[in-house]
Amino acid sequence: MSDAEVKDQAHASRRRFLLGSAKTACGVALFGLGLGFYGARQSEAMPYYAMRPPGALDEKRFLAACIRCGQCVRACPYSTLRLAAPEEKVATGTPYFIARQIPCELCENRPCITACPSGALDPTLTDIYQARMGLAVVMDQESCLNFLGLRCDVCYRSCPLLDKAISLDAQHNRRSGKHTLFIPTVHSKHCTGCGKCEKSCVLEKAAIKVVPLVLAKGELGKHYRLGWEEKSKAGRSLIPEQLDLPDRLPEFDSPLQPEWKP
Amino acid sequence: MTDSKEIGALAISRKGWLRSHQWLLLRRTVQVVILLLFLAGPLTGVWLLKGSLAGSRFLDLVPLHDPYIQLQGLVGGHVPTTTVLIGVLLVGGFYLLVGGRVYCSWVCPVNMITDAAAWLRRRLAIEEGMRLARSTRYWLMGMVLLLSALLGMIVWELLNPITMLYRGLLFGMGMAWLIPVAIFFFDLLVAKHGWCGHLCPVGSFYSLLALGSPLRVRANGRQECIKCQDCYAVCPEPQVISPALNGAEQGRGPVILSANCTNCGRCIDICAEGVFSFGSRFHNQ
Ligand code: SF4
Ligand code: SF4
Ligand code: SF4
Repeated sequence: MSDAEVKDQAHASRRRFLLGSAKTACGVALFGLGLGFYGARQSEAMPYYAMRPPGALDEKRFLAACIRCGQCVRACPYSTLRLAAPEEKVATGTPYFIARQIPCELCENRPCITACPSGALDPTLTDIYQARMGLAVVMDQESCLNFLGLRCDVCYRSCPLLDKAISLDAQHNRRSGKHTLFIPTVHSKHCTGCGKCEKSCVLEKAAIKVVPLVLAKGELGKHYRLGWEEKSKAGRSLIPEQLDLPDRLPEFDSPLQPEWKP
Repeated sequence: MTDSKEIGALAISRKGWLRSHQWLLLRRTVQVVILLLFLAGPLTGVWLLKGSLAGSRFLDLVPLHDPYIQLQGLVGGHVPTTTVLIGVLLVGGFYLLVGGRVYCSWVCPVNMITDAAAWLRRRLAIEEGMRLARSTRYWLMGMVLLLSALLGMIVWELLNPITMLYRGLLFGMGMAWLIPVAIFFFDLLVAKHGWCGHLCPVGSFYSLLALGSPLRVRANGRQECIKCQDCYAVCPEPQVISPALNGAEQGRGPVILSANCTNCGRCIDICAEGVFSFGSRFHNQ
């Protein structure tokens, strides 16, 4: 073999190697692109019916923390939790529950949280009632029996934080004209999102549903102040005393309208 | 390959069926026993290993954690807990000693599927098929880490057939069985040793833990080799054998040093001449 031939061969083999590497890199990059988009989609908010276990970090951080080991599932005495199969909308292998099927019973000793090795369920959540898995909302006010004027009250009675997380607020029944509506009203300050109300709703399909906080909560403008709260904080009104003008009623014998008769 | 005889026939006639399958049998036993340790809890209520291959607790006490998953979490921005660190050290330390890809051949459930595909492929004499580069898996491993960092999540767990299969068996299968089935047919019909030998990023991560592991397969009896090629036929990473088996002239020692040797011991079983044995990486002349 001449020197030139050897060189040619070395050149060809280097070329083959580079081409091969480029091919592999391209294939992997293409696959990575697909996986990346899939992953990005999975890391969006959970489907509306799926709740994370108590103490779960917010969804973005949860997906970097949870190793999908299922130890929380094993620890839950009520078989509330389950791991998402790959065809489900919840990120593959991560734990969640569906309130209408089995709600969270808010165990005071937090078995799921203490079982979690990864910190995906925040171990600093020592008071289970501080969990915020979602928020209950009476979604269908047209079907809720209490909105219709009956005294169902079942969701209210099933709430572990009765009269704190959910209350019955009296309103006038305009349909009958003489009765009271007892409106189930959820208070986000206390609602843990355990889902007991949704589970217990007597309707064919629950009128009250627990949904992710991002879905349930609105947000006031950062600069908004509620006058009455500011007032109680300051101990006095923040605006100067208003002139209280006398209410004006039609004055029939006003000199401006001498001819007017009702 | 001997064309007149079946692969391994010589070893069986020389050593008997049992001794020419001993490491294979032991390996299958270990794989199944590990699965049973997990299954005992849900089936009988006796909790030995709680959790899954991604992370578990042995006897409700000793944490065991997969290092590759934790690495993805770490680059994704989650700092591991002390429990997890202990688990990673225990698991990682073990594989540093026995060779990382012992995970592949002695623990991983997908290995049973790809071994079965490779066996059937030999039986049906299906030719090699699509040629992937063996290095593809390292590209994939790196890509997964990059994506984990970019997306801030443990990315490979969205697809990982290993943990998906385990979760399926332990927590309910759903459609997860489709993935191992797909891998079986990929290995059988598309690419020889396709998944474990070319693509799996988990195996390629574990191979990094084998770079200095003391436990290795040695071809101490290489001068007895009759060039029947049976070891190449059964080895899932046949490229690792040659340097040790044929390297005497180039002054290479008899130890199979490649980190991709899975320490499965199939070559030990299949060799009629007793060329191979488990040993240490030291005294390699
Ligand atoms: S608090 Fe209790 S019921 Fe709720 S998910 Fe955890 S273990 Fe299950
Ligand atoms: S125990 Fe923690 S890490 Fe394991 S699946 Fe549950 S939340 Fe995820
Ligand atoms: S249980 Fe259902 S129907 Fe009854 S009051 Fe509550 S939301 Fe209405």
